[in-house]
Amino acid sequence: MLSYALKRLLGAVPTLFFIITAAFFLMRVAPGGPFDQERTLEPSVMANLNATFGLDRPLHEQYLMYLGNLARGDMGPSFVYRDFKVHELLGSGLPVSIQLGLSALLLAFIVGATLGCVAALRQNSWVDYLVISVATFGITVPNFVVAPVLALIFAVWLDLLPAGGWQNWSPEHMLLPVVTLALPQVAVVARLIRGAMIEALRSDHVRTARAYGLPTRRIVIYHALRAASLPAVTYLGPAAAALLTGSIVVEQIFGIPGIGRYFVQGALNRDYTLVMGTVIIVAVFVVLFNLLVDLAYAALDPRVCYD
Amino acid sequence: MTDRTALSLDQEAPARPSRSLWATAFLRLKRNTLAMISLAVLIFYILAGIIGPEITNHHYAEVYPEFVKVPASLEGYPKSDEIPALAESALARARLDLGQITVDGGTIRVEASSSREIDPRVTRYLDRSDLFANSRIAETSADGQSVVMEADVERLHFYFGTDANGRDLLARTLISVRVSLMIGALATSVALLIGVLYGATAGFVGGRVDNFMMRVVDVLYSLPFIFFVILLVVFFGRNVVLMFIAVGAVEWLDMARIVRGQTLSLKNREFVQAAEALGVRSAGILRRHIIPNTLGPVIIYMTLLIPKVILLESFLSFLGLGVQEPLTSLGVLISEGAKNMRGDAYMLFFPAATLTLLLFALNFLGDGLRDALDPKDR
Amino acid sequence: MAPIFKLTDMHVRFDTPDGEVHAVCGTSMHVDPGETVAVVGESGSGKSQIMMAAMGLLSSNGRAQGSARFRNQELLGLSPRKLNQLRGKKITMIFQEPMTSLDPLYRIGDQLIEPMIEHEGLSARRARARALELLKLVMIPEPERKLRAYPHELSGGQRQRVMIAMALSGDPDLLIADEPTTALDVTIQAEILALLAQLQKKLGMAILFITHDLTIVEAFADRVYVMRKGAVMEEGPVTRIFADPQHAYTKMLLAAEPHGRKDPVPSAPVLLQADGVRVTFTRSKGLFGHDELCAVDGLDIQLREGQTIGIVGESGSGKSTFGRALLQMLPSEGTVVFQGARISGLDRSAMRKHRKALQMVFQDPYGSLSPRMTVGEIITEGLLVHQPELSGRDREARAAEALKAVGLEANMRNRFPHEFSGGQRQRIAIARAVILRPKVVVLDEPTSALDRSVQAQVIELLRDLQREFGLSYIFISHDLAVVRALSDTVIVMKEGKVVEQGPVDRIFDAPQSAYTRELIEAAFRLNTVLDRAAARA
Repeated sequence: MLSYALKRLLGAVPTLFFIITAAFFLMRVAPGGPFDQERTLEPSVMANLNATFGLDRPLHEQYLMYLGNLARGDMGPSFVYRDFKVHELLGSGLPVSIQLGLSALLLAFIVGATLGCVAALRQNSWVDYLVISVATFGITVPNFVVAPVLALIFAVWLDLLPAGGWQNWSPEHMLLPVVTLALPQVAVVARLIRGAMIEALRSDHVRTARAYGLPTRRIVIYHALRAASLPAVTYLGPAAAALLTGSIVVEQIFGIPGIGRYFVQGALNRDYTLVMGTVIIVAVFVVLFNLLVDLAYAALDPRVCYD
Repeated sequence: MTDRTALSLDQEAPARPSRSLWATAFLRLKRNTLAMISLAVLIFYILAGIIGPEITNHHYAEVYPEFVKVPASLEGYPKSDEIPALAESALARARLDLGQITVDGGTIRVEASSSREIDPRVTRYLDRSDLFANSRIAETSADGQSVVMEADVERLHFYFGTDANGRDLLARTLISVRVSLMIGALATSVALLIGVLYGATAGFVGGRVDNFMMRVVDVLYSLPFIFFVILLVVFFGRNVVLMFIAVGAVEWLDMARIVRGQTLSLKNREFVQAAEALGVRSAGILRRHIIPNTLGPVIIYMTLLIPKVILLESFLSFLGLGVQEPLTSLGVLISEGAKNMRGDAYMLFFPAATLTLLLFALNFLGDGLRDALDPKDR
Repeated sequence: MAPIFKLTDMHVRFDTPDGEVHAVCGTSMHVDPGETVAVVGESGSGKSQIMMAAMGLLSSNGRAQGSARFRNQELLGLSPRKLNQLRGKKITMIFQEPMTSLDPLYRIGDQLIEPMIEHEGLSARRARARALELLKLVMIPEPERKLRAYPHELSGGQRQRVMIAMALSGDPDLLIADEPTTALDVTIQAEILALLAQLQKKLGMAILFITHDLTIVEAFADRVYVMRKGAVMEEGPVTRIFADPQHAYTKMLLAAEPHGRKDPVPSAPVLLQADGVRVTFTRSKGLFGHDELCAVDGLDIQLREGQTIGIVGESGSGKSTFGRALLQMLPSEGTVVFQGARISGLDRSAMRKHRKALQMVFQDPYGSLSPRMTVGEIITEGLLVHQPELSGRDREARAAEALKAVGLEANMRNRFPHEFSGGQRQRIAIARAVILRPKVVVLDEPTSALDRSVQAQVIELLRDLQREFGLSYIFISHDLAVVRALSDTVIVMKEGKVVEQGPVDRIFDAPQSAYTRELIEAAFRLNTVLDRAAARA
């Protein structure tokens, strides 16, 4: 298993390399440059700026330079936040995004799995219909609707929670953003678990367990839920990568200093290094979580074996 | 298999009228109330998107400076109790002594008097205001020093209220529905076209070609989606149509996987082998055996892709990357509503409800189609 | 002696989207202690559902009525807790699908000890020791290692032995076996039945055996209930029922056992000759390397006009692969000559002109018909390829003719496959082959998915068509009785190789190889196998 994990990590290197290369050149080919906004700049100042950031050199040289710096853990200076290096910006935002994402992920899995299980066990009852409705609601209503509505109700009308702002691990600051982030995931997980659970409960080996007089609680948890959690695990891998790397909408509406906002700002301002940084972070998380999913899969299902 | 599904009927001809699987699926769909309601809602949206903007009494880009951020109301603007004041200000420059002003339905009566004889053309002061039209002298006293003017009040209706620039939110919502549906259809068609062709080719040809084609899909999957989309925005700038062709070109990955999986499993089904044993050409196998049987999953996925694309468009517009002024979109409206929700919750409510209802209808219809086309009880 | 298990006036109903299905209608039966009772019936007879109902295992859309008593205790309506004290201890069950009846995610040992810990309160260590004993009892090789194995690491026969071990763990009074050998090869079936017979003699529990296979009933059971459409048609001791059936349905079932022989054909010219046919599959293994699997290893055949060659073998013997290789539907080595022309190695388009004369019928009557085409479209598809000059009207006429030839009505051609039963679908598949007036038809297990009574009709149909159109058949089957009834010569295959071949009577009456003898004994003389096993116990 360990050697498999190592092999997979090694195998991810070319993928990451491809992504970095593609992102680098695509970004540069795109029209516009980082200093276009500042129209008042004298040509000489502009040339100066370009020289400082190495933009006057040939593209392939810039590329090699970038790779060289990256290998040393240096993502270069941000073009827009000029006092900061990109890894400093990301380093300060990432813990915030991870705090939110991780909480949302946990909430999604626990609540989603519980709802899905309950619905499957009471298939076609009002509980089931309620769960299905909640799930459809969660999947349907976009987060940029949920977030302002939650803020409106709980912060503006009821005045129970702050409408925005951030403090590390402060439950009242985290509650609304985490709920917003988790809601669609809760919905998907509940749906997946419900479907897989219904199938598992109908399976032959669950019938065997029932025929051998095992108590229902044990059958549900031991024999049905383990099999039924497989599709949810598969789904949650990529979802986790997306959650942990921040959400633009949630950060914007609740005023949270995560890294989600850098995606949009970076791309719109042609802040090349910042965009590259965000792309690398996301790609690393995606690769990592895909690996985790595969390992979890192997742990849950002995028929899957990697050598 | 259990006994109960396959009752032995060998010598019994089927009693009910013959039905294809499509007809059976449609009957099943018809029994699904939620899906049928969704279908009705969707048809309503399509009609609203097509003819709605043409029949509203406001253009979506028309600015009414005097009606900025007026709340949604069934009553016309200005409200009855505000009209006398507005009439007074309209007649302020006429230097008349204004008597009683009464509003009766669509007409206003203004009693006025002056120390001198009143010129009948004085009513033009009323006409100059957008609010009044067709002003006339109804009565003139014998000495001509007092008159009763009448004018039609042209009240404006803003059923959804107006936005921060004084534009009618109903008209803007309707044009947004049109934009959303168009973009949904456009991007989905592009995704459908690329995905089906790519997936069917990979699945049908198989072997190394399939391997390579799917590796490409895998790599594209691991590129951050949001990066892709923003890059597209950067490239295509503000051309919404081009951009959504591009979004469609990104969204085809799932479709390709689904179609490939279907094709692969169909290729190993015995009826395809039977066709091969008959000597049917590849084109015939694809046309008669593969494509009709992949259609079900493709339709299901398509109905679920449309809301995804609409959501994506709203999301980009919400971020300010999508549709540009004066054209608008539900995402833009929601974003504006969110900014103004403290005082004017209606600005958030109407576009958010419109979008949510549309997405609900599409999702329920998609679910209904899945249940109808892909029943587990075969 | 009071019966230990007594079902009285049982009804089972299912709510389905198409309305209520009355699967069991007022059925009564009983089992005495230590007795072996068989319930026999075709699909749809309700024979499984009645047991599921008694054991509280119906699917959620099912309802049971009536009375099911175990040692005078009513099972229907019993609280789950009370029912669980009986299930898996005093009454145990084994099921048809050994592949799916065990939980794939847990080790064999963990699954075996679960009911013991639950019912007898054994410690995990004691239970494990008992599980090992039980695995030895059911004669699994390497029992210690198997305790730690996962179900997918065992063969089908071994899994069924594990199920039997589990069924014996609580020292049951009644073992309900629901088609426990149907998914297994015939030699494995004989082993499992022998094991059950042996264990019953040793432990003395009653066995209620549900099956569709009369051969098993005759060899294995003391008493039998014959069920049809949810009701018992006839009941009695096995010897009496087989010697002197009273009910028309029982008579029909007994008569449906394949019988008769093919009339030998006078020496006719060779139509299809294959020499040294070899099929290998490569499986990629990990990133690098692959291993080769030889599915068919050097087969020769010579098919004469009007002749039938039967190919028998168990699963994995390569018999179906060989059939497809003959028709050039998979890449293969060796030469195949049809009507003097070499067809091996031809590409798809070059092969096309031969396809008209070389047809195939598949095993699965549900999977071999395109679900979105009408029957008419399905059976005339070959005409589009081979006789494109025909008009639509001509094709209609040919379709009507072909449907009549296979015993269906011409007006059925506007219907869709899902509206037909298994037997009717197989007739449609045969019509699709004969409409082209082929010379050779490869029949790949054409009767295996069908009930015996339907099977008998299809066999009769195949015989008639052969006589009428002078067809030659390659008949591939695992069912020795059917092969014997239809073939001139027989090839016995095992693991891709020919074990034995020769004229049908020689193979069946005087088999040369040990494997053929074993096969024939398991299929036709199950009694002998079971008696021998009982003697060993």
